[in-house]
Amino acid sequence: MPDYAHYATGEPVVDTKAPEGPVAERWDTRRFQAKLVNPANRRKHTVIVVGTGLAGGSAGATLAEQGYHVVQFCFQDSPRRAHSVAAQGGINAAKNYRNDGDSIHRLFYDTVKGGDFRARESNVHRLAQISVEIIDQCVAQGVPFAREYGGLLDNRSFGGVQVSRTFYARGQTGQQLLLGAYQALSRQIATGGVELHARTEMLDLIVVDGKARGIVARDLVTGKIDTYFADAVVLATGGYGNVFYLSTNAMNSNATAIWRAHRRGAYFANPCFTQIHPTCIPRTGDHQSKLTLMSESLRNDGRIWVPKAKGDDRPANLIPEDERDYYLERIYPAFGNLVPRDIASRAAKNVCDEGRGVGPGGQGVYLDFAEAIGRMGRKAVEAKYGNLFDMYQRITDEDPYTVPMRIYPAVHYTMGGLWVDYDLSTTIPGLFAIGEANFSDHGANRLGASALMQGLADGYFVLPSTINDYLARNPHTEKVDAEHPAVAEVVAETEDRINLLLSVDGDRTPDSFHREIGELMWEYCGMARTEDGLRKALARIPEIREEFWRRIKVPGTGEQFNQSLEKANRIVDYLELAELMCLDALHRAESCGGHFRAESQTPDGEAERRDEEFSYAAAWEFTATGGAPVLHKEDLVFEYVHPTQRSYA
Amino acid sequence: MKISQTISWTDRRPAPTVVSMALATRTDRRPSMTRTLWDSTVGKKTIMAVTGLIMLGYLVAHMVGNLKIFFGPGEFDGYAHWLRTMGEPILHYEWALWIVRVGLVAAVVLHGISAYQLSRRDIRARPAKYVHKRRRASYATRTMRWGGIILALFIVWHILDLTTGTVHTSFEAGHPYQNVIDTFSTWYGNVIYITAVLAMGLHVQHGFWSAAQTLGVGNATRDRVLKTLANALAAVLTLGFVSVPVAVMTGVVS
Amino acid sequence: MKLTLRVWRQQNPETPGAMATYEVDNISADMSFLEMLDTLNEELTLAGDEPVAFDHDCREGICGACSLVINGDAHGPERTTTCQLHMRSFADGDTIDIEPWRASAFPVIKDLVVDRSSFDRIIQSGGYISAATGTAPDAHATPVPKPDADFAFEHAECIGCGACVAACPNGSAMLFTSAKVNHLNVLPQGAPERETRVLDMVAQMDEEGFGGCTLTGECATACPKGIPLPSIAAMNKEWLRATRKVRR
Repeated sequence: MPDYAHYATGEPVVDTKAPEGPVAERWDTRRFQAKLVNPANRRKHTVIVVGTGLAGGSAGATLAEQGYHVVQFCFQDSPRRAHSVAAQGGINAAKNYRNDGDSIHRLFYDTVKGGDFRARESNVHRLAQISVEIIDQCVAQGVPFAREYGGLLDNRSFGGVQVSRTFYARGQTGQQLLLGAYQALSRQIATGGVELHARTEMLDLIVVDGKARGIVARDLVTGKIDTYFADAVVLATGGYGNVFYLSTNAMNSNATAIWRAHRRGAYFANPCFTQIHPTCIPRTGDHQSKLTLMSESLRNDGRIWVPKAKGDDRPANLIPEDERDYYLERIYPAFGNLVPRDIASRAAKNVCDEGRGVGPGGQGVYLDFAEAIGRMGRKAVEAKYGNLFDMYQRITDEDPYTVPMRIYPAVHYTMGGLWVDYDLSTTIPGLFAIGEANFSDHGANRLGASALMQGLADGYFVLPSTINDYLARNPHTEKVDAEHPAVAEVVAETEDRINLLLSVDGDRTPDSFHREIGELMWEYCGMARTEDGLRKALARIPEIREEFWRRIKVPGTGEQFNQSLEKANRIVDYLELAELMCLDALHRAESCGGHFRAESQTPDGEAERRDEEFSYAAAWEFTATGGAPVLHKEDLVFEYVHPTQRSYA
Repeated sequence: MKISQTISWTDRRPAPTVVSMALATRTDRRPSMTRTLWDSTVGKKTIMAVTGLIMLGYLVAHMVGNLKIFFGPGEFDGYAHWLRTMGEPILHYEWALWIVRVGLVAAVVLHGISAYQLSRRDIRARPAKYVHKRRRASYATRTMRWGGIILALFIVWHILDLTTGTVHTSFEAGHPYQNVIDTFSTWYGNVIYITAVLAMGLHVQHGFWSAAQTLGVGNATRDRVLKTLANALAAVLTLGFVSVPVAVMTGVVS
Repeated sequence: MKLTLRVWRQQNPETPGAMATYEVDNISADMSFLEMLDTLNEELTLAGDEPVAFDHDCREGICGACSLVINGDAHGPERTTTCQLHMRSFADGDTIDIEPWRASAFPVIKDLVVDRSSFDRIIQSGGYISAATGTAPDAHATPVPKPDADFAFEHAECIGCGACVAACPNGSAMLFTSAKVNHLNVLPQGAPERETRVLDMVAQMDEEGFGGCTLTGECATACPKGIPLPSIAAMNKEWLRATRKVRR
């Protein structure tokens, strides 16, 4: 094992909750083994749910339906604005409504393979099983999925698979699914089952006697820092893609909740597994505040190409057919334009690095609909992708019906997150993580339309079953309140951090630091990573952190609505998380899925996994800011889908 | 049942009390239909739509009757007399006319009260104006309130002038033809009347289409038909009513 | 380009606000409107002033957080959300007025940020289908005719931004409420609660202090998602039907 300096290796972790036996029966077995809470006793249990996206919204609603008292938080002004709303393409389910050979086992197989054999088989199989129920549930709630003339549901195909199993609602599937969950949650708010705190952001976790017992949160309107107590805490706070500054995440999506939980003892798994989405609108200048995704569904009908010749700067329509390189169709004939995201992104980077990129700075490739418009007619293309085309035109001022779209990869999703067992419990008893906030189901690369599936599976079905077991085994009889020394300590720490941010009064804005750390991460921990680069980043991050605490400027006070303060406080956590991501990327000296180490590739430039050394999930334990974390390995066992070099050719 | 005010900082302003009957109390008795109509903004608009349509029907009949003036005093006065005898022998003399009058007064009063209450509510709902002003909505939409007030005042004058003769200079009961000619021989009579008729035209143009929406008749495919119908009604009524004073002024009718 | 901005500044709900004037320079036509405000805020922060507070999140036109009245128009001159409005819609030297949504049901929290929780309470009063997790039949058990599914989708597109209320001279929430009523009431799944839904949601809407509808059409013109004006007529029809049909 090479020495990567700044970490220690600890005891391996094992997922103690996943039952033995045939993979298809494990979820049933676990549900039967789990202890239950009597319906009459449920209202005596309080569960805190942080976040109101697909995972949090569905979990809050379902737990309240079961009878628990739910206290829910979102930093947005309404639960309906959680970033799940922006998911475009669709949601997978092994319904086999197309009769094209799909099955639960195939969805399971595709997901394990798509994740480049770095996900747990037990979890992924459960996800595939539940996918079927999710669609039923959403239809019953009135989610207006696309339908055919016969009145039945329509499907489309997504990257990395050869069946049509993706359910969709035009380009707004995430919005429609979220509104379904939001409406279910609203119904519970009306009955009093859910107590909602909007515009309230979690700033720390309260751990008493080794168990998660509450959170510290700031009312973003009054600035008041308050404590909330519960018998269990569920984090559904999404991913940490915004550490890159430019990403497809919403501006306010952040890592504070999971990072603070990590600092309190929850292990953080596979932080370096980030997904770079191949079809985003390229950036136009330094003013850019975020990147906009163009749904992967566009790859169903759009064809990706660049000029064959380097530096060919003719307009797209003047480049004749035989001088175009449809490179995905050429390199991966079986999957063509629908290869998984990590592969499509890297291929785009490669052609751009060769000098064949298009648009300003050569940072783009064409996504061309000329052939689709010729085949299906403009009307049909409009019906399928109209809103995406409109959005593209608004942002770029170019008409994608006549000029091919320009796209470039951008940070989109983080497969890593808090380590959880089969019950979605973190290493802190009573603290659960669901949705993108955990790490469990996507391995090193997530397939398209699987994030919505996982968020809803966790929230509607998995967590509401598994949390019973914890609550039944931990009937908290001792009350915790603000007077408890452990609580007072967390509150004091939070207040000190806020006061320190306000008192530095330096000469740099929060955004300038965010941009700096983001650019560093994109450069060294982005699409291709090298040992050299990662070491550079690891040297630089502590310097930025030191500079931050010397030069940060946050105007205003803490006792008011203060967006600068919110931002600065989130950056504090990015500056620590970034370090762990680089360290994880450095220690994982193999390429797998979204993690591409330039040192580990096949002769034809594909990612090369090194299973004998790295077939594990890396769960990191926090020690101190800038201190060496402890690595706990969870070995991955593949009984059903045997690791091979992924081939989409 | 009250939906809990869950967002702590809104506690600073008085919490809206919620009349919703969702969930637990769903099977509770709901208020009567009349109560529901009167208590709701949508219900009040329905009342305005129905009463508006009643008045509109009356206006069409009134306009058609007015045009009889072009056939001379005999026919016009005879028509006026028939209005009092219609419904006989089942009804007593003038009973039918009084039934219509009572119905119209009820319509006007309900329309007016609803409009007043809704307007008060609308103004309360948007107390602060935008600093950056710009022209909004159509002329007819913007003049609904003022138009309504003008029409209300006009109706009072119109009744005092040609029904009771109180403000008329030379009123003779039973001789409506001459009374009309006398009114339209004064400049102010023409100004008041023509102004009111124009206000009526604009009011009908938006009001008819609006009533159709309120009663749920409007939809995307019917919208053009309804708008055309509203414009046609407004134009025919305006022309029909204005033709009388114009005819008197130009000497066509004398 | 160089622009003059006149921005509503208000410290908190209790303090009265006023328009403040700022100059911004080096604005690129490719910037989004919010990126232009980011530029202003960076300058204000460095100068030690408080940056202008405004709601924003996804910046893709779907979350519904952004909410500015620009030169008197909700979401500005183009039919889109503020975050998708680009500076190419303005000219060098322009003066731009930026104000918060105005309605008594949307009180100002700070600067351009308003409280839209009244919308959430309208949804809570009935904007859902009661289908507890685990109770659903197979998704294909009830086919939905495509025109109904499309009608539902068209209304489900509402992002709850509140532009309809901001644009309405009466501060009415009819377009918002009708979008949700129509989405759910047309679906077979929504039929059992069809009457109570519309009655309760309209009652809650009134309770929140929104104005009545005078069908000026300003809401549908401002709606970034193109929820059409006839939605309101469709909801009125549902409401009238419900007053007759609801079980007392």
